[in-house]
Amino acid sequence: MNIAKPNSYRSGPDERGHFGIFGGRFVAETLMPLILDLEKAYTAAKADPAFQAEMNGYLKNYVGRPSPLYFAERLTEHLGGAKIYLKREELNHTGSHKVNNVLGQIMLARRMGKKRIIAETGAGQHGVATATLCARFGLECVVYMGAVDVERQQPNVIRMEMLGAKVVPVQSGTRTLKDAMNEALRDWVTNVHNTFYCIGTVAGPHPYPTLVRDFQSIIGNETKAQMQEVEGRLPDSLVACIGGGSNAMGLFHPFLDDPSVEIFGVEAAGHGLTQLHAASIAGGRPGVLHGNRTYLLMDADGQIQDAHSISAGLDYPGIGPEHSWLHEVGRVNYLSATDDEALAAFQLLSKLEGIIPALEPAHAIAKVMELAPKRPRDHLMVVNLSGRGDKDVPQVGDILRGKK
Amino acid sequence: MTTRIDTRFAELKKQGRSAFVTYVMAGDPDLTTSLNIVKALPKAGADVIELGIPFTDPMADGPSIQAAGLRALKGGMTLKKTLELVRDFRKDDNVTPLVLMGYYNPIYIYGVDEFLADAKTAGVDGLIIVDLPPEEDDELCIPALKAGLNFIRLATPTTDDKRLPAVLANTSGFVYYVSIAGITGAAAADANAVGEAVARIKRHTKLPICVGFGIRTPEAARAIAEKADGSVVGTALVDALKNSLDAEGRATAKTVDAVAELTAALAQGVKGAKQAAE
Repeated sequence: MNIAKPNSYRSGPDERGHFGIFGGRFVAETLMPLILDLEKAYTAAKADPAFQAEMNGYLKNYVGRPSPLYFAERLTEHLGGAKIYLKREELNHTGSHKVNNVLGQIMLARRMGKKRIIAETGAGQHGVATATLCARFGLECVVYMGAVDVERQQPNVIRMEMLGAKVVPVQSGTRTLKDAMNEALRDWVTNVHNTFYCIGTVAGPHPYPTLVRDFQSIIGNETKAQMQEVEGRLPDSLVACIGGGSNAMGLFHPFLDDPSVEIFGVEAAGHGLTQLHAASIAGGRPGVLHGNRTYLLMDADGQIQDAHSISAGLDYPGIGPEHSWLHEVGRVNYLSATDDEALAAFQLLSKLEGIIPALEPAHAIAKVMELAPKRPRDHLMVVNLSGRGDKDVPQVGDILRGKK
Repeated sequence: MTTRIDTRFAELKKQGRSAFVTYVMAGDPDLTTSLNIVKALPKAGADVIELGIPFTDPMADGPSIQAAGLRALKGGMTLKKTLELVRDFRKDDNVTPLVLMGYYNPIYIYGVDEFLADAKTAGVDGLIIVDLPPEEDDELCIPALKAGLNFIRLATPTTDDKRLPAVLANTSGFVYYVSIAGITGAAAADANAVGEAVARIKRHTKLPICVGFGIRTPEAARAIAEKADGSVVGTALVDALKNSLDAEGRATAKTVDAVAELTAALAQGVKGAKQAAE
């Protein structure tokens, strides 16, 4: 495992899966042996050049990597400040960054001999990526999705079913992402002998936050090389949206030890931070849920509160534990954007750049609209365009026509 | 240190009888009814009481216990009130062991040291915390043992011989064997497989072994009682409670009796068991 180095933000977690006080393995005993097996399998795979080579092959020819780093010229002109680059994760096969992680986990599942894959999904992007790779490798796939999300992300539900996955609408609790995760954990406890749980974000019990981060770090590593090629230097700032935080962690992690790089994570402020929202760092405190200690939205009794975001992918009352730690040590600056700000950014990017973003990265664009004008023209700002907006077109269309 | 749990299992051993352990959710559907149910359990034949701490996201529980927790929370139940319930129960009963069962977050938010002190004062004997495996013993297990509470660990079908010593290391009171890989109230436990598992765990510990998950009827409870030191019934009692509620989910005149009657029937099943093989 990693050895703690002084002055590094990239050495975590410790051997028990802790980032400072965050992370850990808070799971039922039934799952513990499997989580230890997974850690062993992942450690072995990381050290196996054949695993990396096979993965690189699929990343190039199946996912379509590297994803471009695109200079958003008209957005830059419009905002009149920093030079804005978009990391085009929405161009990946399946339409988001989620596939980077799913490919890695499916290859691990194959190494572990697991034939049945389960996943939770919010917006459906992780579900679609999982259904896609299960189709590709001939694995059974069951996706848990909150009934509310099934309703608002219909295009992705249809895609998952076309790919051969079984989509289970979750009716318990708030019927969104957190409940989908509860239900996936219940399935896993029940079918632990043959089932691999493909978690979609940098959360859950150790080693998930680490392995998802590692699989997503290709985003930041490519960005570093691409920026070097076009501008000959590091970017000055990074911006990414955060639900659980996998696209953000993937972009941020390779830059954490570059002190000149300012880093901004954008949580979903929903109707506003004093009302219903999904900003765990802005409005929560440390607690324990879904296998890890992290910032959570909860009441005085430790009961988990309902999150709200216009974006199903950010509608979660927690955040990955490494983000909680990066917040506490002050390396990453966590901001938030409301539903209305995200909708405005969604429209702006569509009209100025001809790119319809998903509602999730629209939250990041919304903060770019605030940050970029305050920075000089030679400031290089990278935004992770983590997913495309096709799935949101019916929902946003209804909102803009005043139907919802 | 000897807790009420140790005393009770020692007595039962002398009598040559397996324990009947009941689980109900604290505050389901309201604090007063819940207190009356808990008070009725020992009279109906419960040897040990497990009291659920309501939580919004009980990831190892099936639909019945999930719903029970939400009913309790809707009725205003909190961890603080759960401890008050225990304190009230202890006014009339200073012998029946009482174990709190739930998830870590409400305790973590209450504050571990403060919670342990308050739980001990209220008359709690032990804790079963589903999402605290031995890998997280520093969090609550070790402090609980220091505070004089038993920390009862779950062992499962996936806990193999290699892992058992780690699971048993800081366990006290009894071992809770989860008879199926699954959530509460799901599949039925197979008595023969349970017997083998209990024998396997007994090779590693002298602690009593109680078996739970998937036991619903007096017959099933008897079959398990013949193989183990105790059987735990939860979902069936919670379902009996739920079926006694009115259309708005409120307690009726039948609610306490509904739980007590099923408890008595199950206790008869356990008491009819032949002595567990040692």
